[in-house]
Amino acid sequence: MTSSEALVRVEGLRKLFPLNAGFLRAPTSFIHAVDGLDFAIAPGESLGLVGESGSGKTTTGKLLVRLLDITAGHVFMQFDGQVLDVARLQRSDSKTFRRKVQMIFQDPYESLNPRRTIFDTIAEPLQVQNIGNVLDQQERVAELLNLVGLSPPSTYLFRFPHELSGGQRQRVAIARALVINPAFVIADEPTSMLDVSIRTSIMQLMQNLGTQLGVTYLYITHDLAVARYMSTRLAVMYLGKIVEMGATEEVLQRPQHPYTKALLSAVPVPDPRWTRTPVEIKGGISKPIDPVPRCRFYDRCPLAAKVCEDNDHPPLEDKGSEHYVACYRV
Amino acid sequence: MATEERHNPFATAQPAGDGTTLDQQERERLRAQPLWRVRLKLLAGTLWNNWKLFTENKIGLIGLAIILFYAGLALAHPLLMGRVWDPLIYDPVIGFDPLAAPHPAPPSAQHWLGTDPLGRDVLSQLMFSTASEFILGMVAALITVTIGTSIGALAAYFGGWIDTFFMRLADLVITLPAIVLLIVLGGLFTLDLPLLALVIGILSGFGATTVIIKSQALTIKVRTYVEAAWVAGGSHWHIILRHIIPNLLPLTFLYMMFTVTDAIFAEAILSYFGLLNIRMSWGLMIHTTQSAGYLLNFQTWWLIVPPGLSITLLCAAFYLVGRALDEVVNPRLRKR
Ligand SMILES: Nc1ncnc2c1ncn2[C@@H]1O[C@H](COP(=O)(O)OP(=O)(O)OP(=O)(O)O)[C@@H](O)[C@H]1O
Ligand code: SF4
Ligand SMILES: [Mg+2]
Repeated sequence: MTSSEALVRVEGLRKLFPLNAGFLRAPTSFIHAVDGLDFAIAPGESLGLVGESGSGKTTTGKLLVRLLDITAGHVFMQFDGQVLDVARLQRSDSKTFRRKVQMIFQDPYESLNPRRTIFDTIAEPLQVQNIGNVLDQQERVAELLNLVGLSPPSTYLFRFPHELSGGQRQRVAIARALVINPAFVIADEPTSMLDVSIRTSIMQLMQNLGTQLGVTYLYITHDLAVARYMSTRLAVMYLGKIVEMGATEEVLQRPQHPYTKALLSAVPVPDPRWTRTPVEIKGGISKPIDPVPRCRFYDRCPLAAKVCEDNDHPPLEDKGSEHYVACYRV
Repeated sequence: MATEERHNPFATAQPAGDGTTLDQQERERLRAQPLWRVRLKLLAGTLWNNWKLFTENKIGLIGLAIILFYAGLALAHPLLMGRVWDPLIYDPVIGFDPLAAPHPAPPSAQHWLGTDPLGRDVLSQLMFSTASEFILGMVAALITVTIGTSIGALAAYFGGWIDTFFMRLADLVITLPAIVLLIVLGGLFTLDLPLLALVIGILSGFGATTVIIKSQALTIKVRTYVEAAWVAGGSHWHIILRHIIPNLLPLTFLYMMFTVTDAIFAEAILSYFGLLNIRMSWGLMIHTTQSAGYLLNFQTWWLIVPPGLSITLLCAAFYLVGRALDEVVNPRLRKR
């Protein structure tokens, strides 16, 4: 993918959260929640962002929709030939930005206002962006309810969230994200709060709608099986860094980074013929507070060597066929 | 069909064929009911549900019954004055009954609650005052919650210096003893009823009410649906008006009830000290009794019991309704 055809291009994206800041007192340290990400997403593809809890997935997602201010770096998005720099959105650009970029949140019990009807919830992007009159909006919302499998729409339009199940609520949240025809949707673990039995149907729905409406996804999850199902490419995150990235099957079949290998060895294998050498990693994930300049994975890495300690975190390098790995010993 | 030819604002969004577009029947069902009527119905439904919850609580119903009883008294007074009672005798301020002397006269067929030391009918005074008590309470409550809700929501949402300023102000107002302040104000200016309502409204609006509503607003501000509204393109005002304030309203309503109690109580105390410029009120009735030397005289109980009991009952009634509403808006408090 050349950079000009990318829908989203992220360069050196960073987010630091200050710690111990006080009134008139400068913060003494920072959490490096997202620490220099570089990736691009082509139109129509779906990039899966996987990693343990605390690796910075949600923070990345929130930076891309500007729910958080960007500490450093660039996020370029290109819609209909118009290039936006998300870190420095102009007033005139922000209108395009809000029409083209949407987010689906993790918890459908939290992401719907309990006092607003399903209609008001789904129509919100249309209402705040002044798209169509009330009748248009009503029809559009009904159409979306059909699309996400809540039909007939008239039985759902004027109900309140507490009258719906978790799965139905997440369908409503998906409808809200898609109602203005976004080009890029960030989905932050949209199935992790749902019953296992309905996860698959929600994932299927998102995939079908993605293809049908031409939506590009950034799909955040900690579940490799979900990532495998939902994404064409995969980026593995560890403490604010991408440690491995490539085509989904390539990364899962031929993982190269010790962390990815460890993650994969933790997943139960449905195929009995597939043997895998288990990888041991020590300890759990910590918080990236003022990290020392060495490989972020050093403390837990079974392959750790002097080179990993003496140098800063390894750069993400192409190991052939767009399979990127950040490791000195691969 | 003409409607089909209208400009389609979602031009790129025509999901093809597979049953995802609306069929004609569904479309007509949507058009059959205008949105405002649907919303009205929903509102009625919500109110009805809340009413059912409210009625599950006995103390709330007792409070409501007392409030309705006094509202009845207030409404009946002008009717009685117009049709039954002779204004020369029964006027609450300038009436005088020469036949009932010596005053204060005990309850009788003509004067159910007797007369006061100036020969005026106590029942008429009591009923006449009720309306002002209600108006005072309501106006003060409205001012309180208007200030409390807007300042609370703004301080929680924007934080920063707005928050700091109003919270320090609230600390200041809370530490001021309101009654003492009102007495001082009453000594310096002639306080009348509208001014009293304003002062009480402002004091409680910038004081405790703001702090409580702000802390509630803080919990709403961090909800994911607020983030979703922002991602949808909503402005700060959209979020404050459509997400934060609607979720504050139940609490707001609750604090209205408590402010009414405070206002009626403050009126009684100020009138008792003769610091309120008002034609007639429950507090003033006690003041008259006291200045004529009958305050602790149990033989003339009819002078002190009706206004004293009314103040207590009406204050308690609004408080009880508030408590019951608390259970409606905070489901965690509900026992079941
Ligand atoms: N608002 C914030 N203030 C301070 N620190 C934060 C904030 N948000 C996130 N962090 C920290 O940044 C790091 C990354 O958090 P993030 O929520 O992005 O992780 P995640 O990968 O989404 O994890 P999870 O799987 O638990 O959702 C964590 O260490 C977290 O404690
Ligand atoms: S660079 Fe070294 S420490 Fe880091 S992952 Fe590779 S081998 Fe492990
Ligand atoms: Mg997360």
